[in-house]
Amino acid sequence: MFGCCVLLALAPVAERLSAQDKNPFAGDAKAAKVGESQFRANCAFCHGLGARGGGRGPDLTRAQKRHGNSDADLFRTINEGVPGTAMPPNGATQQGVGMTEEEIWQVVTYILSVQAKAPAQIVGNAAHGKELFYGSAACSTCHMIQGKGGRLGPDLSTAGSARSTEYMVESVRNPNRRLAQGISEAMKEFSQEYETVTVVTADGTKLAGVVLNEDNFTLQMLDTREQLRLFQKDKLRSLEKSRESLMPAYDQKTLSDKDLQDLIAYLLAVGAQ
Amino acid sequence: MKRLTKPWTTRSRFLAPQTHPERKARASLGMTEGISATFVLLTVAMCIAPSARAQVTPQRLLDSAKDPQNWLMYSGDYAGRRFSALDQINISNAASLVPKWAYQTMGGGKFETTPLAVDGVLYASGQDNRAFALDARSGRPIWQYQRALPSDIRPCCGRVNRGLAILGDKVFLGTLDAHVIALDAKTGNVIWDATATDYRKGYSITLAPLVIKNLVLIGVSGGEYGIRGFIDAYDAASGARKWRFYTIPGPGEPGHESWEGDSWKIGGAPAWITGTYDPATNTTFWTTGNPSPSNRGEGRAGDNLYSNSLLALDPDFPSTMNMITMPRRCPS
Repeated sequence: MFGCCVLLALAPVAERLSAQDKNPFAGDAKAAKVGESQFRANCAFCHGLGARGGGRGPDLTRAQKRHGNSDADLFRTINEGVPGTAMPPNGATQQGVGMTEEEIWQVVTYILSVQAKAPAQIVGNAAHGKELFYGSAACSTCHMIQGKGGRLGPDLSTAGSARSTEYMVESVRNPNRRLAQGISEAMKEFSQEYETVTVVTADGTKLAGVVLNEDNFTLQMLDTREQLRLFQKDKLRSLEKSRESLMPAYDQKTLSDKDLQDLIAYLLAVGAQ
Repeated sequence: MKRLTKPWTTRSRFLAPQTHPERKARASLGMTEGISATFVLLTVAMCIAPSARAQVTPQRLLDSAKDPQNWLMYSGDYAGRRFSALDQINISNAASLVPKWAYQTMGGGKFETTPLAVDGVLYASGQDNRAFALDARSGRPIWQYQRALPSDIRPCCGRVNRGLAILGDKVFLGTLDAHVIALDAKTGNVIWDATATDYRKGYSITLAPLVIKNLVLIGVSGGEYGIRGFIDAYDAASGARKWRFYTIPGPGEPGHESWEGDSWKIGGAPAWITGTYDPATNTTFWTTGNPSPSNRGEGRAGDNLYSNSLLALDPDFPSTMNMITMPRRCPS
């Protein structure tokens, strides 16, 4: 009798475990299609349309996923979230999107249908890229990687895993085109856009920097010397914001294609850690 | 004070009504009392080297009692007095205080933080391991951080946090899933994230860390869940763990014999109150909580060292504990 009860009690658990282990829709194109619309509704806000990254979340078309590649890994990542990152559990919090198990599997099917078939080959010399980052290319003046570097630009510790190579190339060659949106600092509750701001204070001091936060009445900024500056807007002589990034555009003369490749190889290597 | 280039620098840890008639008089009084050698020094330093960053040095922490317009650690100073020498707000005017601003943490539940006040910026923690930096004058956030917590954490007594510690350009936060995290004080970026232990074993961290020299000291909660308590020290720069002091001695250590059988492994003795520090003797003092299980002594016969104790540790060589007092426990 006792054995029976135990068996009965365990049965749903066992079923549940296997249900979260194996994708019932594996390779099903129809399910992938449904998954795509689920993805648009629930995931694209952070992971971008087409799962190519965009807001806070990484590019999911990479063959290598940071939190595991198997069906079960993907299910778990979506269902339980990733503690310590901006990826929320599916249902447990107000941020969670509350998909059913079936819907999660559809999304998993969709992601697998759009991901690259083989891991991207890292071309370029990561060690030389690191030298450039902290040396002649002077990236570390404004960018931090794993706690080392400056604060004026986004922390790039996870940029390599979160951004496509094209995006990174564009960010270096033409930083004004798309300002970073606090993407790699995903745990910030409001994302910083790295808009350039120039203020003239009441006593005539001119300061430039990036906006940390602002509202109608106040401005919180980091000036180019990395000093926090907190202002009431009505006390300022002038305030100008610009979508022109503080980051200089690196053309071929400043940074050759070969060096840029090395730099990106370094970001990819760090991102994979 | 007029020479200060930082218009947001406030003298008061509290926010007094801007129009208070005594404000001006008291401010100048404060000035003559040497309101802050630190402020004057900072101004000078900024003139000489404009790129110098205002940082909380170990020396500033040592001198925190002489720096009343800042509140640089959980208990205000290393002696743990939790007393402000500021007198702008006093018994004669406290009744007329009015709110100047409010900041919503966006979290429910108990709110137990003690904000740090550092050069006009408040650093505090909120429910569910939120942390934020606010302009002390306006209450506007400079940055906000929230740790995404695992859904299966079970902190015994609320999803609370009692505050941050600061050193250099970093603030330090202990989390409900037993991590210790360093955030950049200016941007809120995660600088390092150290896993203290596995939260699934009943551990959580709710207290504000204590910085001594270049070490971040932190203890754990979980005495209700059969943990073995400890106090950790992390290198402030890298997050590397420098030492761990178990509040329950292991086999071969003095005091181990005060636990029956294997009960030491789950004996509790959490360290969930931020310690204090005596620089003269280089001693840090920590209190510990109940032995576990707390409501039933059977199976853990003995004195159960060092639960319900006051520990005095050398932060450089914590294995040499130089003093213990243990209040008599109620018979369980």
